[in-house]
Amino acid sequence: MALHHKLKTFRLGGVHPDDQKLSAQAPITPLPLPKTVTIPITQHIGAPAKIVVQRGDSVKVGQVIAVHEGFVSSNIHASVSGRIGVIEETMDSSGFKHMAVNIRVKGDDWMETVDRSDTLIEEIKLDSKEIVACIMEAGVVGMGGAAFPAHVKLSVPEGKHVDYLIINGVECEPYLTADHRIMLEKSREILVGIKILMTALGVKQAIIGIEDNKHDAVELFEKLLQHEQGIAVAALEVHYPQGGEKQLIQALLNREVPSGGLPSDVGVIVHNVGTTYAIYEAVQKNKPLIERVVTVTGKSVKQPSNFLVRIGTPVIDLLIAAGGVPEDTGKIVSGGPMMGKAIADLDVPIAKGTSGILLIPKEESTRAEVYNCLHCGKCIEACPMGLEPYRLLILSKKGNHSRAKEEHILDCIECGSCSFVCPSNRPILDYIRLGKTQLRKPKKA
Amino acid sequence: MSTGLLTVSPSPHIHSELTVPQIMRGVIIAMVPALAFSIYNFGLGALYVTGLAVIFCVGIEYAIVKYLLKKPASIHDGSAIITGLLLAFNVPSNLPWYIILIGSAVAIGIGKMSFGGLGNNPFNPALVGRVFLLLSFPVPMTHWPQAGSWSLDAVTGATPLGILKDGMRAGESMDSLLNQMPSYVDIFFGFQGGSLGEMSAFALLLGLIYMLYRKIITWHIPVSMLLTVVIMTGIFWLIDPAKFANPLFHVLTGGVMLGAVFMATDYVTSPFTHRGMLIFGVGIGVLTVLIRLFGNYPEGVSFAILIMNAFVPMINRYAKEPRYGEVKQKR
Repeated sequence: MALHHKLKTFRLGGVHPDDQKLSAQAPITPLPLPKTVTIPITQHIGAPAKIVVQRGDSVKVGQVIAVHEGFVSSNIHASVSGRIGVIEETMDSSGFKHMAVNIRVKGDDWMETVDRSDTLIEEIKLDSKEIVACIMEAGVVGMGGAAFPAHVKLSVPEGKHVDYLIINGVECEPYLTADHRIMLEKSREILVGIKILMTALGVKQAIIGIEDNKHDAVELFEKLLQHEQGIAVAALEVHYPQGGEKQLIQALLNREVPSGGLPSDVGVIVHNVGTTYAIYEAVQKNKPLIERVVTVTGKSVKQPSNFLVRIGTPVIDLLIAAGGVPEDTGKIVSGGPMMGKAIADLDVPIAKGTSGILLIPKEESTRAEVYNCLHCGKCIEACPMGLEPYRLLILSKKGNHSRAKEEHILDCIECGSCSFVCPSNRPILDYIRLGKTQLRKPKKA
Repeated sequence: MSTGLLTVSPSPHIHSELTVPQIMRGVIIAMVPALAFSIYNFGLGALYVTGLAVIFCVGIEYAIVKYLLKKPASIHDGSAIITGLLLAFNVPSNLPWYIILIGSAVAIGIGKMSFGGLGNNPFNPALVGRVFLLLSFPVPMTHWPQAGSWSLDAVTGATPLGILKDGMRAGESMDSLLNQMPSYVDIFFGFQGGSLGEMSAFALLLGLIYMLYRKIITWHIPVSMLLTVVIMTGIFWLIDPAKFANPLFHVLTGGVMLGAVFMATDYVTSPFTHRGMLIFGVGIGVLTVLIRLFGNYPEGVSFAILIMNAFVPMINRYAKEPRYGEVKQKR
């Protein structure tokens, strides 16, 4: 079933940054094993996992090193085999220090339970509950960036009826191509992953949403889905933030998630294609989430690449494999240019939610001169949530957070479109983040 | 390898190409056709007045920022150049230099800098200067050199709107008055009396198309304002064509086109949202027509825009765009 004849897109706002998919043609290549890995126990939204290994222990690839604490949490596995080194606070891509387990690599000795063959296993033997348990055990989290534990999304609260599964293959961030390559190289596995998710959720319909700058992926899935019932692929306009969960739901199904609500409130669950592939591996191959595809890219990068990387590998290893750090590098971003985080240190480990490493040249790495607000209204035109970013900046700056809340500051998805378009280079999103943080602080008694 | 000094800043890490100086440059480029036509029509007088207004506006802003406010220079953003150009566009091309100086001082000093400079002024600075001059120097401000007269002390005459207003007062018939006017083709291309930059609807429309193409402005204000003028004057014309001129005449003469393209679309003094822009444009159109048809002045665009400028904060408060999820929630 083809839906791509008329390109769909979301209703409000959005911007069109240059898409710069430099690494789109680079096949996924496994990165050589690092010497050591540093695996943070907080790679997901929710409670940190509890460490169950000690310094000096030997571990195999896929062995649990930290178990989830509570439901909204995630297991962490050894991504390499070797000996546990120091367990201490280490800075991750957020810039904060979190507990992390260091492993010195020795060989590549996997847990016997993991099926490492390439054979496609299509038959789904587990039922809904077993699938959710399996995904939880494998430590799968959302791999598009937010890193929300996947099993939590699959456990729909009582009283809510979900009728659609959306697979997010939009990858609307400029530069990033990890999802694109996974779709091209692992399409059959993703299809099985979708069926697993549909079984787990008990839904009859699924749509894969892909931005039309990845037309090869759209065509591939169209061919693959010819004889499938209930699964469709939709080509979407290249329009940032098309891959925002709320925007994608609106574009594909014309449903809008109410303010403060979740996709399940409108009968939808969204999973990223990378996550879907990880779920396939977890359920069919019994393979925990110990590696992921990471794009290494940038205008001056010698070989823009897509690497299959073990979790915990230091960023520097990826940069060396992509031809070294260019002389003119001024900023290194973990993630895409619109929402990624700048990192200060090249030893930062790759986490489950790291979709790319972007090297920005010096001349583009600093912000330009700030002017007064011209009242041009471009931030309002750009806001995909229909907010008034200029007003939220003023209110947050003045500390008038209750008024900012009335102006729906908490609806902001932090896509960065307002700061991107502001001709005066005003730090709009910075202040909105400040305002949101102030509102989320627990009130003093 | 450059590992030591990496920039660490919050996202987004990229920015669109359109920044303040580029927008200002774009607006200036959009004004070139109208200016070129004015020079063709009025000769060196147009160039002299425009040059003086720009130099005065930039110089006064520079002096105020440097000596009064003691802040870093702000003139490189290009906005003072635009104020100077727009002030010149709104005055006759034979205005003496000291009147231009006074107009520039009022526009920049009172209209813009007294409120805190670019982005903070509630009223369009060029129009503040223009209206101040109109009230202070009514004679030089309403005696326009005739089109095609190239020397500085050329024969002056009234605009089509002035001829109409005075003629109607004197009891002449609409038909005979319209017969005294240049043809509509001449009026459209700009062979008519008037302020420096307002005569040629054609040249102004070229500027509008350029600004729309560059996405500097949106269609909302110009279209809503022009449509309102057409519809309102059309209604009156249909009621009594002997007393009221037709809509085409009203749109092509006077400052309607200049106002719709360059004056009302000023970012700072117009509303933020598209809805707000539509309200703003309609308001200007209504007020312009009311002043033209029933007021004492032959022309009302400047006053209409300034009056609507005063409503902008209120419009901003109430004219909001739809939000994501809003429609569904109400249901």
